[in-house]
Amino acid sequence: MATMHAPVRFFIAALTLCLVAAFTVSAQAQQPTTVNPTAQSVKEQELLKELKKIQGRGTLPDARSQVIEQPAGRDWRQFHQVTLRWIGAIAILGMLALLVLFYLIRGMVRIEGGRSGRTLVRFNSFERFVHWMTATSFIILALSGLNITFGKELLTPLIGAEAFASFSQWAKYAHNYLSFPFTLGVVLIFLIWIAWNFPSGDDVRWIREGGGIVGGRHPPARRFNAGQKVIYWVVVLGGGAVAITGYLLMFPFYATDVAGMQLAQMVHGIVSVLFVAVMLAHIYIGTIGMQGAFEAMGKGEVDVNWAQQHHSLWLEKQAAKGRVKGGGMAPAE
Amino acid sequence: MARMKFLCDADRCIECNACVTACKNEHDVPWGINRRRVVTINDGKPGERSVSMACMHCTDAPCAAVCPVNCFYTTADGVVLHSKDLCIGCGYCFYACPFGAPQYPRVGNFSSRGKMDKCTYCAGGPEADQSQAEYAKYGSNRLAEGKLPLCAEMCSTKSLLAGDGEIIAQIYKERVVKRGYTSGAWGWQTAYRETIAS
Repeated sequence: MATMHAPVRFFIAALTLCLVAAFTVSAQAQQPTTVNPTAQSVKEQELLKELKKIQGRGTLPDARSQVIEQPAGRDWRQFHQVTLRWIGAIAILGMLALLVLFYLIRGMVRIEGGRSGRTLVRFNSFERFVHWMTATSFIILALSGLNITFGKELLTPLIGAEAFASFSQWAKYAHNYLSFPFTLGVVLIFLIWIAWNFPSGDDVRWIREGGGIVGGRHPPARRFNAGQKVIYWVVVLGGGAVAITGYLLMFPFYATDVAGMQLAQMVHGIVSVLFVAVMLAHIYIGTIGMQGAFEAMGKGEVDVNWAQQHHSLWLEKQAAKGRVKGGGMAPAE
Repeated sequence: MARMKFLCDADRCIECNACVTACKNEHDVPWGINRRRVVTINDGKPGERSVSMACMHCTDAPCAAVCPVNCFYTTADGVVLHSKDLCIGCGYCFYACPFGAPQYPRVGNFSSRGKMDKCTYCAGGPEADQSQAEYAKYGSNRLAEGKLPLCAEMCSTKSLLAGDGEIIAQIYKERVVKRGYTSGAWGWQTAYRETIAS
């Protein structure tokens, strides 16, 4: 550069100056003259659109307090106040209507040929204990649960707000504490009857022939027929689902946040009302729906003719093992 | 009658937590429960804002809708209150609340939920105004004395505003016009189904 001529150096310097000036002018034209950094802030609506909840940092030790807004509760409200009530009402009242209609058409399924007088053990005392522990817990859980969803509309006008609140308080305690024997019962039911509840080839024929309750035939069945297997799996899977979601609600924040609890309540509510509907059918067929059925879970023994009609394959095996009481004789006719 | 609302001007909140402390002290709020809290969003980053949040006393309050025993009621001033005598501690209002306002003291063997506690807008509960029973359950009743909630009254930057919704919205609008920017009336869209146009 030292050898460069003076006019050339002057020309380059002038050109550089012009370029710099031009860039500066254009930059000033594009940006506002003053920038207030304080004006730039997070916006509530943008955060909600992005994350569906707004969370920050707080000084309270309770981490839950750091969520300041989560409008999802509005959706859950819609579910709890409208959707669940419709599902529950349709499932439970629909099932009751079906059962009444069925009873009027079909009546009680009688033991063909009457009782034989000979019996055999169907459920031992431990099985019956497990069944009734689960059943009594279930009935109280179902009623106290339905009270939470339907009680304020159905009961408050009848007994008043004060009495209804006290009743609901006790119902809540019952619901919480009876969940323990119920859960234990579901686990025991799963364990003691799993061996007889896998689907088998007989189930197909049993279902095709309507289980004998629809239509006149009595398809052969082992200890549990396909209908009973369905009940078994409804209890095990449905019971498991309500137990898990119930404990999530009973012990808040141990495993889930509020969104998780909203979902847990939705699953708990839907499964519960369907569970109640299925159990109504179970109660129907175990009592007024079928002669000789209740004693299986009542005193534990069933009549041979009942077993022949409904569980022929099971009866054959039991008879082969010599488990039929009341002598080997056929009743005098 | 006025329609009482809260409005936290996040552009003014300096996260001093005086509102939180004032509330706890005024109402003798039990351990583990904070009716009001301050949360900082984007802490330490550009655009950081702090918001003081409590029960917003919603229009058509979701807590009241889902309560299985109907223990909530809305006063003539638009304040959402509840009866601890009716509350069964089921937790449903907490699931429904968009602002995390309902809280429960832990009671009993399995630390089950006790009677729900939340901000009363310094308006007590269903008991007789200023009665001992009212104070024991819900804290003091400043509204009955003609005073506004203490949290807002003692806010040093007047970030937290309490009072008739139309008046505090007007104050906020004037502020926004004067300073030329806003981060929005936090929670208003969710609680009152309205925003304050600026």
